[in-house]
Amino acid sequence: MGDVHPINDEEAVEPEVLILPLDAWHRARGGRMVEFAGYWMPVQYEGIIAEHLWTRESAGLFDVSHMGQLFISGEGVEPALEAVLPIDLSTLKPYGPRYSLLLDENGGVLDDLMVTRWNSGFYLVVNGATKWDDIGHLREHLPDEVTINHLDDSALLALQGPKAVTALERVATGEHPLSSLTFMKGGAFKIDGVDAWISRSGYTGEDGFEISIPAAEAERVAGLICAQPEVKPIGLGARDSLRLEAGLPLYGHDLSPETSPIEAGLLFGINKRRRSEGGFPGAERILREIAEGTARNWVGLVLEGRQAAREGATVHVGAEQVGVVTSGGFSPSREQPIAMAYVASTHTAPGTKLEIEVRGKRLPAEVVPTPFVPHRYFRGA
Amino acid sequence: MTRYFTQDHEWIDVDGTSGTVGITDYAQSQLGDITYVDLPAAGSTVKKGDAPCVVDSVKAASDVYSPVSGTITEANDALGDAPETVNTDPETGGWLFRIDLSDVSELEGLMDKAAYDAYVAEL
Repeated sequence: MGDVHPINDEEAVEPEVLILPLDAWHRARGGRMVEFAGYWMPVQYEGIIAEHLWTRESAGLFDVSHMGQLFISGEGVEPALEAVLPIDLSTLKPYGPRYSLLLDENGGVLDDLMVTRWNSGFYLVVNGATKWDDIGHLREHLPDEVTINHLDDSALLALQGPKAVTALERVATGEHPLSSLTFMKGGAFKIDGVDAWISRSGYTGEDGFEISIPAAEAERVAGLICAQPEVKPIGLGARDSLRLEAGLPLYGHDLSPETSPIEAGLLFGINKRRRSEGGFPGAERILREIAEGTARNWVGLVLEGRQAAREGATVHVGAEQVGVVTSGGFSPSREQPIAMAYVASTHTAPGTKLEIEVRGKRLPAEVVPTPFVPHRYFRGA
Repeated sequence: MTRYFTQDHEWIDVDGTSGTVGITDYAQSQLGDITYVDLPAAGSTVKKGDAPCVVDSVKAASDVYSPVSGTITEANDALGDAPETVNTDPETGGWLFRIDLSDVSELEGLMDKAAYDAYVAEL
């Protein structure tokens, strides 16, 4: 049969596969390692569906240390960052991450990222596969007075799921209890004496946390969190199926220089003041699209039957092609195939019947609102 | 009845000119959770190396190549409601299709179990 290692092929661009701080830890726990974004990473432990469902009902620990953690500081850092990102830093309170976008001059997406105000600068988390290009782009467009530190001696974990707060609160101490954080808030904590930067955020649609720690302590901290009875380690496979159910885009698949954030439904990534003032890369196109709409939109589709449509599958109405799938797979929570696709905006109303071509067959599909599985972020008691 | 294996991780049980095809335990373990099997229609003809069948896992869709040429006589329709049988019982109940071989000499290039086990051990 063909292609039994499908997930690594397109991601393995680096000739040399690099090792992350938790490499041996994953292997010792039975993680099946694949090449991803230039690193060896665990694609699964006991199985994607079991790990997916465990995260939705309890808590899963994800190693996302391949992502780029940057610290941007120096004189004039605020206006300099606003010149490269469509973010309004005047409304960004300390320690809470905010979603933003790195755009090219045409408004195409170079990366999506999280921006957090720290005391003396800004902490950015960018995608693993794009981090070197991002650093180059930022260095080119930020003034010399602004310093970019790549925090490559830090590991990054995500603990996701409805029991994440129970498990993490048992081991994390801080000035305020961990449970006082709400969605998209963060702060400094200690886990078994290790300094940990924790925010209540993630990429699964569940309540949960992202945890930045020194790489040298990563094994100890991951081991301690995984020793909590609510927690199991989860691989990249379930990370992808969880984020797809949550309707969240994955850079390089759903977002690229060929897509605009407005097509992708990421208007919230263009902060309100910036929509009126502009002055960010690609503003001309983005502001025009906000005012006039876009020719296509990124929408959710559910398929009849059990056969999944994958990235690249074409979407049709009769003889006419009206779109293309950018992410698709079997939803473990809904037990049916789901997909995200860019579709001509004349065919994106919920309930619209479409067809997706998979291996020469037309599979019936219907436009649905996203997320496919409701978000369960903790916005306060 | 004799069982043969391919380098692409299919197995075929042959009795005369009648063959039954599936994927190996190694293949299912690499694919992970199988969510759908696209089975061939009885009566269709295939050449050795064609992909009459597709196995969908959570991760990806993978072709299953026919180890021999011939005519499909039956598909394992029980997999429609229970595709996970290919995970739990890949080399017995999780068979995929039966085929009437048109050229039994094609079996000569396939591996026996000892050779396949040695092949997998090297992967």
